[in-house]
Amino acid sequence: MINVQEQKVLLEVQNLKQYFPVKREKLLQPKLSVKAVDDISFTLREGETLSIVGESGCGKSTTGRAILRLDEPTAGKVVYNGKNILELSKKDLRTLRGDLQVIFQDPFASLNPRQTIQQILSEAMSIQNSVQKELRKDRMRELMHLVGLPEEALSRHPHEFSGGQRQRIGIARALAVNPKLIICDEAVSALDVSIQAQILNLLKRLQRQLNLTFLFISHDLSVVRHISDRVMVMYLGKVVEIAPKHALFDQPTHPYTRALLSSIPVPNPKVQTERILLSGDVPSPINPPSGCRFHTRCPFATELCSSKEPETVEVQNGHYVACHYANDFFSA
Amino acid sequence: MSKEVILEVKNLQTHFTTKRGTSKAVDGIDFTLHKGETLGIVGESGCGKSITSLSILRLIPSPPGKIAGGEVLFKGRNLVELPESEMRKLRGNEISMIFQEPMTSLNPVLPVGEQIAEAIRLHQKLNKKEAAKKAVEMLRLVGIPSPEKRAKQEPFQLSGGMRQRVMIAMALSCNPEVLIADEPTTALDVTIQAQILRLMKELQERLGMGVILITHDLGVVAETCDKVAVMYAGNIVEHATTETLFETPLHPYTQGLLASLPKIDEDQEELYTIEGNVPSAFNMPSGCRFASRCPLATNLCREYKPELIEHESGSKVRCWVYSNKWQEQEVVV
Ligand SMILES: Nc1ncnc2c1ncn2[C@@H]1O[C@H](COP(=O)(O)OP(=O)(O)OP(=O)(O)O)[C@@H](O)[C@H]1O
Ligand SMILES: Nc1ncnc2c1ncn2[C@@H]1O[C@H](COP(=O)(O)OP(=O)(O)O)[C@@H](O)[C@H]1O
Ligand code: SF4
Ligand code: SF4
Ligand SMILES: [Mg+2]
Ligand SMILES: [Mg+2]
Repeated sequence: MINVQEQKVLLEVQNLKQYFPVKREKLLQPKLSVKAVDDISFTLREGETLSIVGESGCGKSTTGRAILRLDEPTAGKVVYNGKNILELSKKDLRTLRGDLQVIFQDPFASLNPRQTIQQILSEAMSIQNSVQKELRKDRMRELMHLVGLPEEALSRHPHEFSGGQRQRIGIARALAVNPKLIICDEAVSALDVSIQAQILNLLKRLQRQLNLTFLFISHDLSVVRHISDRVMVMYLGKVVEIAPKHALFDQPTHPYTRALLSSIPVPNPKVQTERILLSGDVPSPINPPSGCRFHTRCPFATELCSSKEPETVEVQNGHYVACHYANDFFSA
Repeated sequence: MSKEVILEVKNLQTHFTTKRGTSKAVDGIDFTLHKGETLGIVGESGCGKSITSLSILRLIPSPPGKIAGGEVLFKGRNLVELPESEMRKLRGNEISMIFQEPMTSLNPVLPVGEQIAEAIRLHQKLNKKEAAKKAVEMLRLVGIPSPEKRAKQEPFQLSGGMRQRVMIAMALSCNPEVLIADEPTTALDVTIQAQILRLMKELQERLGMGVILITHDLGVVAETCDKVAVMYAGNIVEHATTETLFETPLHPYTQGLLASLPKIDEDQEELYTIEGNVPSAFNMPSGCRFASRCPLATNLCREYKPELIEHESGSKVRCWVYSNKWQEQEVVV
């Protein structure tokens, strides 16, 4: 593991908000919006893996999409190389897209079925103009080698590959343009355990070889523990805790993080986890609870929690928690 | 185990015939389920878990599918040979099933209370009002708050976790003796999964049914199952009590599977991997189906298919390593 604090900052997200308008059901209804991401800030350092975890709908993918400007964020800044991505012209944005790549859960959906792997890779390289034409053939062979596929794969079509192999192709395409940062959105979630292990090893090796930075979005906390340097926990569009991996898994502090970690089924029948069962469902992001958004399900909620939004507290070097009682819970 | 056997599956075979050939999706499965017991079925996607459970209930789409052989014994009757009219009486009544995605098995435009009531009236002699009342009771039993109000809502008005509770309510409304749950929590978040698994366990203890839980999550197996069948390419390759399986896995596939899981409480630089892929269903090797990925494979494995044999630990395993033939072979080499 790298010492994250010493690395150069690659990307900084400041007070990012992404609201989506909701269709009105009745004519006179007030204008509503889904607060998918609501004022979050974090930094990514070169060569690190920061994971985002949290329940479905909490804003993980939206955060990734906002950084790539696949949606137009409502407010905030995303600073990369001293420039705010959210203010770049279309042209500058296109140049920058080479540096920032994304890998999705289902690579098949994003691979053109009529193209061969060679055409797919060559198209990616020509859009970014990242590799000189004469060198592209060599680069493609190198890419196949990097992701552990035979060179013959270049002349085949996506449907001829298994799920794990397709994910390797998705990775090769992302690497084709020499990116700095790769956003992996549930990149191993659809894969079986034995194939998932192959892809996780591949991602880790590529990171070391190419000094890549990963923003790794996943709902699988065992996978997250394996791959990350730091972990960020989201709940209803807010960041509730960010910490180096070991601090987060050994000293989870926010009540939501604790409940989340205790819910993971452990593949060892001898371990009896003491489970913090949360009652109820995740509330709607259209009309999130007042004060601390977790107060409707938090076993420790007080009156203060429902009226006032908690500040983010640094309980230990690099370990941030958004809870009124963060310091009490941390030492407890 | 001295408990009463309620379901016995013997040499079950289910085949699919398509243009590409015949695929033996389920190729000779054996297991027994006792009263009050939870049997887990695990294995990678496509190994035949769902087809096994659909075969038990005779819900295989036919054509292209067909139960090609074997028996499913339930209370002295062989379900494979039962007339469809008898099967209809049995499904959702004595044996019920829950699926991964409740939305596909619920009627999207009918209030959930009415759907449960309908299911009840299919098998029990209750009038509409009584059935509606029982439906609300079932919703309360599965922990849905304000069940009277929720009963009047349509599926899309409920969250994923609540819809899965509705499915459980419906599946349990006729006090089944066997419940088959196919990935019941895979589509749910972990905090909701924890609620649903707890609920299923409580209800099982209360109602004493046998449960077949299909999952790919070994954590879920460890926490909820009494015994486990590990499937690979249409076969059971290992069958053991949950404790024995996790403590002394025998089959090289089971060992590899457990080793390749990222650990939640341990740092690993690199994960163990099982190299390669599952062989194609249309092109199964004649020998051991795991041979192409197995670090121990020999010519014996590649040529002859191993049987499921009993091991001294009490587990059953389909692998030459545990047979006498293995020793003899090494002498030759
Ligand atoms: N309608 C069908 N026609 C042809 N083959 C089928 C059909 N349904 C299933 N199969 C094949 O049967 C085998 C077992 O399928 P099954 O759905 O039981 O797998 P599974 O282990 O439950 O997978 P998953 O975890 O992905 O649901 C697979 O090879 C599958 O391709
Ligand atoms: N294009 C959109 N229009 C309206 N709502 C959206 C849109 N994209 C996402 N949302 C909502 O934003 C919230 C966060 O979504 P997302 O980030 O995709 O969740 P996840 O954490 O599962 O990736 C959800 O409530 C989702 O319904
Ligand atoms: S601020 Fe209050 S409600 Fe929110 S997590 Fe802390 S204790 Fe719970
Ligand atoms: S029979 Fe041979 S190839 Fe098959 S699992 Fe056993 S050792 Fe491996
Ligand atoms: Mg998502
Ligand atoms: Mg299935």
